[in-house]
Amino acid sequence: MTSSILSRREVPSEFRRRLALSVAAVLVLLGLTLVRLWHLQVAEGEQYRSLSENNRVRLKRVRATRGTILDRQGRVLVDNRPSFDLVLVPEDAHDVPRTLAVLARVLGMEQGVLAAAVTAARNRPPFEEVILYRDLEWESVVKIETHQFELPGVSVQVGPRRTYPFGDMAAHLLGYVGEVNQRELAARQGYHLGDLIGKSGAERYWEDHLRGVDGGQQVEVDAVGRKLRVISEVDEVPGNNLVLSVDRDLQLAAEAAMGDQEGAIVALDARSGEILAMVSRPAFDPNVFARGIRGAEWRVLVNNRKRPLNSKALQGTYPPGSTFKVVMAAAALEEGVINPFTNIYCGGGLFFGNRRFRCWRKGGHGSVNVHEALVRSCDVFFYQVGQRLGVDTIADYSHRFGLGAPTGITLEHESGGIIPSSAWKRQRFGEPWYPGETLSIAIGQGYVTTTPLQMASVIATIANGGTVYRPQFVKRVEAADGTVVHEEAPVRTRDLGVKRSTLLQIRQALSDVVNSKRGTGSNARLAAIEVGGKTGTAQASKAGGERAKQGGWVREKRDHAWFIAFAPVGNPEIAVAVLAEHAGEHGGTAAAPMARKVLARYFGIAEDDETSPRVAAFPPDEDAGHDDPALLAAAADPER
Amino acid sequence: MRQFDRRLLYHFDWVMVALTLAIVTLSLATIYSATVTREHTGFTTNPLVVRQALYAGAGLLGMFGVVLFDYRRLERYAYVAYAAALLLLVLVPVVGSVGGGARRWIDLGVVSIQPSEMIKVALVVALARYFHRARATGNCGLVDVLPAFLLLAVPAALILAQPDLGTVGILAVVCVSLLFFAGLRTRVFVMLAILAGATVPLLWGHLKPYQQQRVMTFLSPDRDPLGAGYHVIQSKIAIGSGMFWGKGFLQGTQNKLHFLPEQHTDFIFSVFAEEWGYVGALVLIGLYAAFVLRGLYVASRAKDRFGALLVFGVVTIVFWQVVINVGMTSGVLPVVGIPLPFFSYGGSSLTTMMIATGLVINVNMRRFLF
Repeated sequence: MTSSILSRREVPSEFRRRLALSVAAVLVLLGLTLVRLWHLQVAEGEQYRSLSENNRVRLKRVRATRGTILDRQGRVLVDNRPSFDLVLVPEDAHDVPRTLAVLARVLGMEQGVLAAAVTAARNRPPFEEVILYRDLEWESVVKIETHQFELPGVSVQVGPRRTYPFGDMAAHLLGYVGEVNQRELAARQGYHLGDLIGKSGAERYWEDHLRGVDGGQQVEVDAVGRKLRVISEVDEVPGNNLVLSVDRDLQLAAEAAMGDQEGAIVALDARSGEILAMVSRPAFDPNVFARGIRGAEWRVLVNNRKRPLNSKALQGTYPPGSTFKVVMAAAALEEGVINPFTNIYCGGGLFFGNRRFRCWRKGGHGSVNVHEALVRSCDVFFYQVGQRLGVDTIADYSHRFGLGAPTGITLEHESGGIIPSSAWKRQRFGEPWYPGETLSIAIGQGYVTTTPLQMASVIATIANGGTVYRPQFVKRVEAADGTVVHEEAPVRTRDLGVKRSTLLQIRQALSDVVNSKRGTGSNARLAAIEVGGKTGTAQASKAGGERAKQGGWVREKRDHAWFIAFAPVGNPEIAVAVLAEHAGEHGGTAAAPMARKVLARYFGIAEDDETSPRVAAFPPDEDAGHDDPALLAAAADPER
Repeated sequence: MRQFDRRLLYHFDWVMVALTLAIVTLSLATIYSATVTREHTGFTTNPLVVRQALYAGAGLLGMFGVVLFDYRRLERYAYVAYAAALLLLVLVPVVGSVGGGARRWIDLGVVSIQPSEMIKVALVVALARYFHRARATGNCGLVDVLPAFLLLAVPAALILAQPDLGTVGILAVVCVSLLFFAGLRTRVFVMLAILAGATVPLLWGHLKPYQQQRVMTFLSPDRDPLGAGYHVIQSKIAIGSGMFWGKGFLQGTQNKLHFLPEQHTDFIFSVFAEEWGYVGALVLIGLYAAFVLRGLYVASRAKDRFGALLVFGVVTIVFWQVVINVGMTSGVLPVVGIPLPFFSYGGSSLTTMMIATGLVINVNMRRFLF
């Protein structure tokens, strides 16, 4: 028995009993199978035959209600309202063109529009509904109900519709929804033709939370597709609600402050990087997308030269102008190329090579230290500082502030801006860096570009004592019943690595920009709260030397006005960056008043509460001397 | 082959071949019906049928191929075959392609192979070899079972990760069937059953709620009325609506409308039963019964234990897959991804099963030689 080669007659006897059992098991189980089939096919066959005609048992999907979007105090920013959608199951209609003709007559619509919807959905699985028209008016719903016997396969479905009660407010941040396209269908699971999906902004990045889980019913229908009974159903799970860090009142105040001006405003909580308000103008109305945007409307939006779909707050890159002096001052003090008492003489310009680089103030500022240079925005002081630091050290500090790279906010197409360095230039142009170019960089011109969001982060970093946070706009995600599903914690991107004393000195100077007599930012002054800030006026066009006030020139060549601010100076809470695009005015006159309105709203101070006069007591051509042709030439052609 | 005996040809089992080909023919007709697209001009051929016919041809070659050598040689290379199949299985997570949410295939360009189909037969070969050499016969104890379980556990774990619960189930059932056939002591059988029964609640407690939910849905499709539950209802409607005589070839409506998720693979039986009715089902089940009973007869006549175990194992694969697949499509068993042998669309399954049939024929014709 233990040998591996078995003898002749052993096998059958060994297995005989077990084989007999096996045969019995086979006969019994296959017999049972046949009994089951008899039951289905013969005993109940008639019943199943009738169910098989016209697909009588169907799945009806019940779309989940999308989560709402709320502000930091739980006030609604994006909501849903019921919408009556006209749907057709072509298989039930039998004669589709006839049904569409009746429908067109009853509703007074064009048959072509309805037919187009059916054609567009020709690849759908059989018996799946085609949405002919979204958001019917109530009279149309009544008409369809009364004519329903002439309209086999047609029904009205109530579904949630996305609505943005504040129109274009914060449109770039909130984003919009649209019908899922073929690419999204292929890439993501669980979506069906006609479903809505977040296409941009919060709607897109938080899609998985907002969406919810569709439910459905297994229903038995009659020969023309009307529901007879529900066999079983699965409840839909509504999407989670998104609680943003945005404050609705502050957002509205920022929108109002912007008025008709194009540009961007970003307000951050300096202590966490939370976005309190974010405006980009021109904007768009997301309601248009929720309804189903028409081709012509889309083309108008896309072809608009002012690009209303782009968020200027994070996609627009602009030379930071004099606001960049904040970064310069931090670098200079930290590197020790100057100390707080170092005086540099400004005689209204600086000769470098064979060129004269001008200060915006023709008469010069006299002998100034870093404090005064910031307060009065002296260019010559920073030309000198720039020379002492060199471009690569400037680039290093800029990078530490988060410039030159996207901040990492979860919104699409964020720009990183440009922070030039000698390596960058060699790679980009195949040329060495020319020392003259450093002078342009030192006052935030030349190759340097930043986004308003980055500049808001820069001033927030100065204000909070040197921590760079990743800007965020979501505080938490709540389930429909209010339980917290997910909470966003502040994300520290990096530590600035600059001494606290340096930052305090800068903060003091920035306070004097706004609050001292000679400061350039006095239009941002508030009576009750100490505000700190920095003005900036950025050259928009390198091509021309025309001055804003000379008139007869195109909008695109006008200067941009910047203002970055924080408050209160003693214990900073909020950081604001304002960019007024092609304002043609200076940061102090065009942008600072906007920042002031936002800050006033934040601290709950009435608009006209401030004591200082609205028009500042500073020289009229503040900060606007950067369009000196010589300077521009130096940036463009250093060998001249 | 050096001394290919003329007697072999005489004892060649044409019945097995005929049964297999009969089932494959019905399969091709049904796959055609399930996948044909109705155009205005009439019917267009579907590439899937042509592919499946080519697989059948390849399977037929394989079937005759494995008849040429003496199956006792396979005994020597049993573990090699097993290891080779296992290697393919290991490759799946590395180079495999995803289909229907699971990673089961290895794409070779022209064809994709599904190693989990091959391991079924490889496992039978390995187990047959193991029990053939086992110390005691008809009286296996617990110690003898452990290596057998090891042979099962390795591929089972790999397939579970794909995930493919159905195939793991088939492997387990086949393994247990072979244990029974090899002669496990009744005491041990009972003990193992109790052990398994005790492990289940223990494992259950360790599962996360969503995993429990998934298992519950798997066991009772009614809990998932929008997914598996709906498929089962549609499958039952398809089968039931066939009634006694069937709707006729190409006259089925359920399958044409894509209500059945896998109308040409796992749910092909419902397509067949809708068009051919109870009469057709009777014929098909009859063909399977003939195949299985004929196989058991061959097993009883085999000259050695290896042959008997091998044949029994192959027959077991066919039998259990038929019972489970038909049970699932007719709504009495959980919905698991198990093909109907020789019938469901799929090259790996068809060719492997045909080669396995060749092994049965091989054992049968050599029983007179020694």
